[in-house]
Amino acid sequence: MEQLAQQLVNGLALGSIYALIALGYTMVYGIIQLINFAHGDVYMVGAYVGYFCMVHLKLGFVESLVIAMAVCTVLGVVIERVAYKPLRKSTRIAVLITAIGVSLLLEYTMMFFVGADTRTYGVLPPFMEQSFQFGGVLVSMKQIIIVGISVLLMVVLQYIVRRTKIGKAMRAVSQDADAARLMGISVDNTISFTFAIGSALAGAAGVLVGVYYNAINPLMGLLPGLKAFVAAVFGGIGLIPGALLGGYFIGASETLVAGYWSSLYTDAVVFAILILVLVFKPTGLLGKNVREKV
Amino acid sequence: MKRILTGLAAATVGLAMLAGCSGGGNGQAQAPAGDTINIGVNFELSGDVATYGQANVQGIEMAAEEINAAGGVDGKQINLIKYDTKSDTAEATTLATKLMTQDKVVAVIGPATSGATKATLPVAGQNKIPVISPSATADDVTVDDKGVKEYAFRTCYSDSFQGTAAAEYAVKKFSAKKAVILRDSSNDYSKGLADAFRTTFTEGGGEIVSEDAYAKAADNFNAVMTKFKGQEFDVIYLPGYYTEAGKAIKQARDLGITQPILGGDGFDSPVLGEQAGAQLKDVYFTNHYSSEDQDPKVQEFITAFKAKHNTDPNAFNALGYDTMKFVADAVGRASEQTGEGVQKALAETKDFEGVTGTFSVDENHNAVKAVVFVGYDQGGALVSEKG
Repeated sequence: MEQLAQQLVNGLALGSIYALIALGYTMVYGIIQLINFAHGDVYMVGAYVGYFCMVHLKLGFVESLVIAMAVCTVLGVVIERVAYKPLRKSTRIAVLITAIGVSLLLEYTMMFFVGADTRTYGVLPPFMEQSFQFGGVLVSMKQIIIVGISVLLMVVLQYIVRRTKIGKAMRAVSQDADAARLMGISVDNTISFTFAIGSALAGAAGVLVGVYYNAINPLMGLLPGLKAFVAAVFGGIGLIPGALLGGYFIGASETLVAGYWSSLYTDAVVFAILILVLVFKPTGLLGKNVREKV
Repeated sequence: MKRILTGLAAATVGLAMLAGCSGGGNGQAQAPAGDTINIGVNFELSGDVATYGQANVQGIEMAAEEINAAGGVDGKQINLIKYDTKSDTAEATTLATKLMTQDKVVAVIGPATSGATKATLPVAGQNKIPVISPSATADDVTVDDKGVKEYAFRTCYSDSFQGTAAAEYAVKKFSAKKAVILRDSSNDYSKGLADAFRTTFTEGGGEIVSEDAYAKAADNFNAVMTKFKGQEFDVIYLPGYYTEAGKAIKQARDLGITQPILGGDGFDSPVLGEQAGAQLKDVYFTNHYSSEDQDPKVQEFITAFKAKHNTDPNAFNALGYDTMKFVADAVGRASEQTGEGVQKALAETKDFEGVTGTFSVDENHNAVKAVVFVGYDQGGALVSEKG
């Protein structure tokens, strides 16, 4: 029982990371139906910015997190403006291939500048190395920080999407871009804003992972990016609550598979889930069947 | 997606190789032809296991400089031709071929890891040029079902030797009766160590209570460590590379697992300490050499290395150093300076005195020598003892 509780705590921390990345995937898909494969690499860039701030500039954790989010915001907008905007009228496959190209560009540009070696965040402030015992369950401060910051960011995101004008514009564009344009909404700015928010969340996830595992490398975004994509599809791609549900579900199932079966099968199970979802409920757990208009 | 990735990686590597070639060419041009002995240095200078490759090469270069300063081998200077495999097995084979066919080397030193070394061996057999790895420990690097591989040599001991030594150490030092094993599923090295440990440990009356494996570049060990924590055991055997082992040790200790953790020579990198941080306690591993060794030959090597690189040499530096001297020794004794001549001389080596111990080459082309245990005690201080 204690072991199960401990595993769920582990799964919750991991799931928070996936959920943060999945949100960016799902928002971008919701608004321009693009699976942004470069998203996992924005997360990697976030981890490196955090590393640079904490190790070289000797900044605190919170400052580093904010700077990483800011840099990723800019990066997200630049990627959208440079790589995707000129292709707005092209086929979806053209944009998808471009996304893969951007992903490779980010990975190998980073490798060119920092090398392929693993980097470590070094010694963390003492308060982050604490851990607490609840019954037989050990919860580390890092896990609390990861879950806490993730939940905080998700609440802020909900507020932006539901309560602000730009959030309203995002929802409008995702429903019908042409109609939104007729209503005087700047579709391009709204899309850029969506990339900005999604990338900021990915940047935050990058720093959190860097602190959690104390090891980052230029290809670290690849697998978490794919798993977050699975999480987004699981919950219903394009739906924000779906990404949350998917993120936590994938995190928990990975941990339970490793804990009660073998850590070798975690990735296999995650991708098996993707296949099952695509076969039996292609719109995802929270997705509704929408009839295509002809 | 993966294919595109590989393609781009190959293209990047290709470009880098071009750059590398021009550099290598300049180096060769300085030495007059006929007065040099070309030796290939084919190592992981970047990528996943760059730490090993770079460390080996530091040792090799230092030994080559010493040999050249002392007049070379038979009056000829050693000319090292160095390439970077990017820690990629296919790349290692390509570069070995290039060294043997275009650069006309008499021997190729490296790569550092077993998988990459094995990949270059068919090429070595075809061109009749010996490949000597300073640190490829897999049992089947030098032998297979058909017997010993003629052109394969190494200056380290094999995996099964290491795994067996670790199991004996677990019983002797920690009176261990129950052990758990966590190995890396992506390489033969880890499997070889785990198999030998399991066999020796259970034959000695011990029990392996749980065993699991992780995938290459795994980050999250919390789940598997939590699983282990729920069981009763005396030691953890973690035969993996430092890249994952550092994370695994940290997460185990963070979860409150206090049992000793044992590993193999894959732990020997400063990155292990960087990743595990203050949690690097009660961790021991089998190694080839220890800087604590008081042998004058070893101390001399340490002083010279420190003067050059400003840090203590690790086992990979020492193995690289020994390998270069070992090859030079064979080239000096060879009847003719060709791959075949050097191969014969290498195979006949007896009582070669290196900094990693005195060794002879046995009929399986292994270097026969003693194992050293290096570790960090409960206070995190560096300790070592000969096994």
